[in-house]
Amino acid sequence: MRIPSAAAHDASIEPAVEAASRVEPESVSVHADAGTAGDVCIAVESLDAYFGAARVVRDVSFQVETGRVTAIIGPSACGKSTLLRCINRMHETVPAARVEGEIRFQGRDIYERSVSAISVRRHIGMVFQRPTPFPTMSIRENVAAGLKVLPRSERPSRRETDDIVERALRRAALWDEVHDRLGASAVALSGGQQQRLCIARALATSPAVLLLDEPTASLDPISTQRVEELVYELREQVTIVIVTHNMQQAARISDRTVFMLSGELVEAGPTNAMFTTPKDSRTEAYITGRFG
Amino acid sequence: MTASAMPSSRRDLASRSYRDVLAASTARTLARRRVVNHTMIGLTYVAALVATLPLILILWHLLEQGATSVNWDFFTKIPKPAGDVGGGMANGIVGTGMLVLIASLVGLPVGVGAGLYLAEQRGGKLAMVVRFLSDVLNGLPSIVLGIFAWQMLVRPFKHFSALSGGLALAAMMIPLVTRATEEMIRLVPVSMREAALALGYTKWRTSLGVVLRTALPGIVTGALVAVARIAGETAPLIFTAFGNQFWSVSPFQPIAALPMQIYLYAISPYDDWHRHAWAGALVLLALVLIISLAARFATRSRFGLGGD
Repeated sequence: MRIPSAAAHDASIEPAVEAASRVEPESVSVHADAGTAGDVCIAVESLDAYFGAARVVRDVSFQVETGRVTAIIGPSACGKSTLLRCINRMHETVPAARVEGEIRFQGRDIYERSVSAISVRRHIGMVFQRPTPFPTMSIRENVAAGLKVLPRSERPSRRETDDIVERALRRAALWDEVHDRLGASAVALSGGQQQRLCIARALATSPAVLLLDEPTASLDPISTQRVEELVYELREQVTIVIVTHNMQQAARISDRTVFMLSGELVEAGPTNAMFTTPKDSRTEAYITGRFG
Repeated sequence: MTASAMPSSRRDLASRSYRDVLAASTARTLARRRVVNHTMIGLTYVAALVATLPLILILWHLLEQGATSVNWDFFTKIPKPAGDVGGGMANGIVGTGMLVLIASLVGLPVGVGAGLYLAEQRGGKLAMVVRFLSDVLNGLPSIVLGIFAWQMLVRPFKHFSALSGGLALAAMMIPLVTRATEEMIRLVPVSMREAALALGYTKWRTSLGVVLRTALPGIVTGALVAVARIAGETAPLIFTAFGNQFWSVSPFQPIAALPMQIYLYAISPYDDWHRHAWAGALVLLALVLIISLAARFATRSRFGLGGD
């Protein structure tokens, strides 16, 4: 079975890999489970994000470590989703949106002119707040959707696709529920199943990083628990950045936490330390529930 | 339920408590609301009936007048010269088919493309201009369009043709398809587009593979409605396709069309032609109904009822 590591073969990111290998030999491989846990996977440096004239992310710098779950928490409209969307260049798909500063993914600035947004998004997958299965596609086609747009040389055959679909659905803990109806409509699934389908779809192309934008915000408690368990299990294989407004969730599933307020990064550090001995009084105020 | 709360007429007015007064007025209000409610519902029933009445009457009338003249000959024979009884409108039926085909070949790709452009460019200046012009074109009297098509496509070539007729119909079809496509694509949530982009889809792949595909059933309906609409058009054809009493399938020759034939036969002094005009009208209506039904059928989800 060949799982196409989009990263390793993608011509458009090849220079990035070479550039990275000269600086940091440890992080050459873009494949998630090949990287050494704890290495710097993504480095955000002095990032500003704008919607027109409004600066919604202000001078943010932090690092995401390989093989860890990083949670971004903060009250509504603090810029946490925008920050997340900058990491796979989804922010720029909104009209009048603009980014300044640097985000280095395995050593290479993804906002460099020679880097295409498409290749960035192939290596850094994303799952949104509301489940977004493609309604015209079956469950199988949904999971395989990302594979179909790979360059011809990397596109898996039909049989390989079947294997990848099964593996992705198993990793997303959905296989047992849908294996006997892969040809059925994806929108017939429950909300929680749809969200896990979206996670499977994002995993199918073997991204190095998975960005989750409040993935449980529209789910019931039981589905939420399933997705949380899933995130916990996936940390072994893929670096995860999760945005949540639920502090308990951040405390339960993340290794590191970033706390944002009004577009600024207040504090970033190991989740345990942050929730027990926050350095900043605003962090303490937020996690003890004094606002937000 | 309010009856018990109503003060009986025997009771002294002065002994009524505040509660009783309130209950009485509430009961009156409720009764009034119920009357208004029933009246309004009744009026909407009447409106719905009036809205469907013309179609029912037309259908009834056409069946009464035309059904007897619709026979095998009608579909297989071309018109007989005036005075000879019999003949059919085979050339008109095939001609209408060809004109609609030419119009669709040109109008559908252009209309869907323009609609996709308008939906993707939402607020752009050019998009606003295109949208406005498309609406104006949609409201343009079809006779004006016919004269224009004659000036542009018939005069330079010195003869009428099926091609010019088809193109005139395409010009009518384009704004219909454009707006239908735009509306349908706008119904596709932005989240769908973002999900595709986040999977590494290019912009055009997102537009065609996900957005357009999701909107497709609605677009097909819109397109078939447009086809049904132009199939019955007469005015733009008078100056372009012109009509033809003989058999012709050449795109470069004048061609017969059902609506024109109906008009020609209806204003003629011959009883036999009148009967043929009724029959032609019935066949045309049947064709349009079939197209509308096909539109309904085409919009059904491939996953059945639970699918969409």
